Amino acid sequence: MTATDRAAPTAGAQREDARRALAAGEAPRRWGSWYIAEHRIRAMKGYAGDALFQSFGNPLIYLFALGVGLASLVPQGVEGVSYLQFVAPALMAAAAMTVTANETSYPILLGFKWNPIFFGMNASPITGAQIVNGMFIHIALRTVVTVAIYCGIIALFGAITSPLGWLAILAASMTGLAIGAAISSYTSTITEDRGQMAMLQRFGITPLFLFSGTFFPLEQLPVFLQPIGWISPLWHGTELGRVLTYGMDEPAWLTATHVGYLVTLFAVGLWATRRHFTRRLDK
Amino acid sequence: MPQPVITARNLTKKYGDFTAVDGIDFDVAPGESFGLLGPNGAGKSTTMRMVGAVSTRTAGDLEILGLDPNDHGPDIRSQLGVVPQQDNLDQELRVRDNLLVYGRYFGLPRSVIAERADALLEFAQLADRTKAKVDDLSGGMKRRLTIARALINEPRILLLDEPTTGLDPQARHILWDRLFRLKEQGTTLVLTTHYMDEAEQLCDRLVVVDKGRIMAEGSPAALIREYSSKEVLEVRFGSDRNAEAAERLQGIGERLEVLPDRILVYSGNGEAELERITQLGLHPITSLVRRSSLEDVFLRLTGRSLIE
Repeated sequence: MTATDRAAPTAGAQREDARRALAAGEAPRRWGSWYIAEHRIRAMKGYAGDALFQSFGNPLIYLFALGVGLASLVPQGVEGVSYLQFVAPALMAAAAMTVTANETSYPILLGFKWNPIFFGMNASPITGAQIVNGMFIHIALRTVVTVAIYCGIIALFGAITSPLGWLAILAASMTGLAIGAAISSYTSTITEDRGQMAMLQRFGITPLFLFSGTFFPLEQLPVFLQPIGWISPLWHGTELGRVLTYGMDEPAWLTATHVGYLVTLFAVGLWATRRHFTRRLDK
Repeated sequence: MPQPVITARNLTKKYGDFTAVDGIDFDVAPGESFGLLGPNGAGKSTTMRMVGAVSTRTAGDLEILGLDPNDHGPDIRSQLGVVPQQDNLDQELRVRDNLLVYGRYFGLPRSVIAERADALLEFAQLADRTKAKVDDLSGGMKRRLTIARALINEPRILLLDEPTTGLDPQARHILWDRLFRLKEQGTTLVLTTHYMDEAEQLCDRLVVVDKGRIMAEGSPAALIREYSSKEVLEVRFGSDRNAEAAERLQGIGERLEVLPDRILVYSGNGEAELERITQLGLHPITSLVRRSSLEDVFLRLTGRSLIE
């Protein structure tokens, strides 16, 4: 028996092994992100009640307090529209931010550290990038649903006058996703919990909420504070929402800037998050 | 020998200046049960992660099912089942749901997954806990669920990293029984452990690793034959008299191993050595004759105990 005789069947067996692996890897390579999204949606069973309450409860509370209560102190309205109309797009974008900030903070720490499911996912054919994609598919769905409910309630309050009003759902969702991607690019690097989440809330989310032209036009702020608004994705998202819900007057280039800023922030944040996940899982 | 399912040559992993795995070579044949035995920090888990196609090697060659993990990570992982050292079940999901979502990661149809999940829960003796929260399971149950999850894709190779660490003796025996069944069914098992009895029970062949290197390779019986004597006599004189007694025992047995609390006398006949010790006028507080184990092999090879 020659060496080639011996080599042939074993090489054949090896190819068969490899062929099976390559065939089995095909579906996860293509659909892996969706499998993760499916997992995250299934995991919502545990907190569906809370999520739904958040989606319906928050808008009602805020709209009553601000759009009805506070608005009575501003009978002349703001920038030519009622205070309710002015504040509603901002609340919508802020609601999106709340959802995405929640989903991109603790769940990421959890998945790497306290209940390291990301490592479990990665032990299957799923890649780090797919885990991130899948999480964001789920987050996007949650955000759109939350914002759409918000938008519906705002419409019932009569605060949407433009026929393009429904597009505000996309604007607000995009705002939330851009902020979420920025947050996840940071939280995916945290290895020790030293209260960074509370800091993020205190020095990130809360100031954004208050100083992004949410409750009053940015121009009301002292000039030196106005740049906070310009770099704030929430400001860009809110202004975009105002253009869409009541046709706020602003130059087209500025509207394009809002869209460009949000899309860029989202893309960069997502890219960085995927990179961090990939590196961290490969240890 | 049939074509190996895993081939590692000069496999190396470094973290900065620290070398976790230092150029190891091994093959694993299909259907074989292969073990890496060594103390904590020996590089076993790092090796497992490289074989699991999730950790990129620093140097050397590695092939799993004929594929290089650097190029074919997801494809290789589609054929593996992995039981990690730290349980990573999703605690937000119920027991059965953990299997259902995991099966989807392999792109399996839902109906196939559901069927397999039920069979696997039966196999893992968790059929009555399908709706339980993961958090409410005992340590042993969580391990069994993790093993069930690792089998959802009917893997060619099952990787188990310290499968029974932290379990009580009864839970370990249940687990060993399950793993033995898998072995009988022809599943290739690769496991790490620092329990010599586990290695003896489950492994056809194993490598002893220490500080990232392979110290010896063979079946448990062959390793014991090669590196130890048939029997071991353990004598204790009390920790203050231990060193002094050891000096007087020189020349007794084939070899002596002096530990802080006891002296091990390696010999073909432990009882005869004990008699000689008594004739020397030495009276150990306790004495015990036992068969040699992998622990002795490890002690011989490294001068250290497996569990420190």
